[in-house]
Amino acid sequence: MLNAKPLDTGSDKPGSASVEPVQAEISGRGTRSTSSRSRRTRVRVVGLLVLAGVLVLSVGASLAFGSGPAGPSDVLAIVTGQRTPQAWIVIGHRVPRTLLGLLVGAALAVAGLTMQALTRNPLADPGLLGVNAGAAAAVATCIAFFGITDVRGYVWFAFAGAGVVALLVYLLGSQGRAAATPERLVLAGAALSAVLTAYSSALVLSNTNAFDEFRFWQVGALVNRDMSVVTVVAGWIVAGLVIALLLSWPMNALALGEEIGRSLGIRVGQVRAAGAVTITLLCGAATAAAGPIGFLGLAVPHVLRFLLGPDLRWLMPYSILTGSILLLLADVLGRLTAGNGELEVGIVTAVLGAPLFIALVSRRRMVRP
Amino acid sequence: MTLLTSPPSASKGRTVRHRAVTGRWIAVSLVLLAGIAVLMVLSIAVGTGYPIPPTEVVRSVFGGGDEDARWVVFTLRMPRTIAAALVGAALGVSGGILQGLSRNVLASPDLIGFSAGAATGGLIQILVLDAGPLAVAIGAVLGGLGTAALVLLLSRRAGSGGTRLVLIGVGMGALLTAVNGFLLTRADAGEALSAAVWLTGSLNVRTWAYVVPAAIVLGLTVPFVVALSRPLRMLELGDDTAIALGVSVRRARPMLVALSVLLVAVAVAVAVAVGVVALAAPQIARRLARSPSMVLVPAGLLGALLLVGSDVIAMRVIAPAQLPVGIVTAAVGGLYLVWLLSAQWRAGRG
Repeated sequence: MLNAKPLDTGSDKPGSASVEPVQAEISGRGTRSTSSRSRRTRVRVVGLLVLAGVLVLSVGASLAFGSGPAGPSDVLAIVTGQRTPQAWIVIGHRVPRTLLGLLVGAALAVAGLTMQALTRNPLADPGLLGVNAGAAAAVATCIAFFGITDVRGYVWFAFAGAGVVALLVYLLGSQGRAAATPERLVLAGAALSAVLTAYSSALVLSNTNAFDEFRFWQVGALVNRDMSVVTVVAGWIVAGLVIALLLSWPMNALALGEEIGRSLGIRVGQVRAAGAVTITLLCGAATAAAGPIGFLGLAVPHVLRFLLGPDLRWLMPYSILTGSILLLLADVLGRLTAGNGELEVGIVTAVLGAPLFIALVSRRRMVRP
Repeated sequence: MTLLTSPPSASKGRTVRHRAVTGRWIAVSLVLLAGIAVLMVLSIAVGTGYPIPPTEVVRSVFGGGDEDARWVVFTLRMPRTIAAALVGAALGVSGGILQGLSRNVLASPDLIGFSAGAATGGLIQILVLDAGPLAVAIGAVLGGLGTAALVLLLSRRAGSGGTRLVLIGVGMGALLTAVNGFLLTRADAGEALSAAVWLTGSLNVRTWAYVVPAAIVLGLTVPFVVALSRPLRMLELGDDTAIALGVSVRRARPMLVALSVLLVAVAVAVAVAVGVVALAAPQIARRLARSPSMVLVPAGLLGALLLVGSDVIAMRVIAPAQLPVGIVTAAVGGLYLVWLLSAQWRAGRG
């Protein structure tokens, strides 16, 4: 039985009452003075702008630094229209890689946010709908049966695999008269993921070459992806982000409970379906392009909720920016720290993010057990 | 099913208690026991290389039968089958405890970072230190216990609360999974492959040397499992309710967690196939027993059934080669859970 708890109301700025801001705005009455609310709004807008600036810097860092010989001077040269000998590294490798980092980071963070909002479960990871397992199974099939070992070859299959599995999960969850509640979807996703992971393992473990390829895909990396990969997933990710942003308000209302949501005019079934579609698009495309990078989708929304509270209209844009920044910075770090080679971004994200996440979860007083 | 329906000071001085051991519970448990027995005989009968008819197996067990057959049964096959049953039971109970404590159907030893820690310990032994099987098993157990201890320590400092424990466990698990990924991608392909095979869980070459200590340890835990079943059910209702119902939360919760971790440690030392059994068995058992709360004994029995059955399939499906049992467990457990969920949802039982 999934405990259908609403999200934690993260403790707000000191000095203000910790009351559901959404509830206040719905009822039309402010439960705190207007000036303090608008002050908080201003702080958050400034925060967004600061994050946007950090994002620009991260993009710059991602373009400028790496394991190859190109450096910041080359980037500046390109910007001013010249071409240095190492420009091809920046243009051919780092631009697609940076774009992918932007897209994948934002996609995972927002997918995780949507998943947690949909299931009202702080443990929810976007991969729970079986998307990761579906993509992995498709990739394993490609590598083992078709001999496709390049990401450009199997990215479409991976995305299709993710989509098919999400559909199966949804079909499984909507059997019978009751609707496909999030609890059902998660259980169905977990069960199907187990089966698919078994299939992938069986394929990959019986074939050394297949295993050799697969183990690198499995840690999650942005390396060896060029613009063709970006163009495959960019459209889906952008579409998913747009839908997610549009769903902020309905999902806010749903967080108060199904009945309240319904009485506010929210079509619960449709919102949930749209949410599931969003998660599939975002997480499926991200995993197809970069492999399963698991931790971002769980941790970023969690941390942001501590800082900002449960209002999805703030959490969404913050997630987009934060997810992109974190993934880009992790990627840059991975390029710089491993001497000759590189540390895959999936590894860096977890190794850096997990201790911070643990520290945060340990220290913060949770409102709900 | 209603829980405590009247306070202890009820009119006639009698308390109406929630009966966990319902008729359905007993029926399910008996059926599961029978199933386990049947599958164990089957497992011994169809094991690789030297097939023995099931009747011969039964005769050997009870002392009669051919000398060769008896040797095969007792020396080669039975330890493996018993190991499967013990590991499955341990995982089922462990998963049930964790799911009950965190009130979350997705809780499994994976989620307290135990599996990832065990994997890291084992992988370091295999890939870095190039150690033998005993050292690998010890490494896995130490890795798992160390991680679980760290997670518990961190969550204790943070204050009690099932969700927080699991959150910290998830974070630790993610960290260690990344480390494992690093180890697997930096090793030579062939070594990495055999390490990955080890990771999925295997019951090959499990002798009495593995089984006897495991059986002793698990046997010692049985009274604890029985004694802590009721506190677990009460804890599922929430800390406050549990305290009001007379459960010492401060003592029961750490004991339950310790029990769960111990069970998983034994399972990992023997076979490493954690994960799906611990996740699926409690859920399936609960639904079969139509119980609103965790049922630990059926969960253990179902775990044993699942693993023994998976072992039979693993030994036969691509004969003469053997599949790692962990793969079959995931497939069988997952499929069965899918079927069960589907059947229940279609019948309208959420």
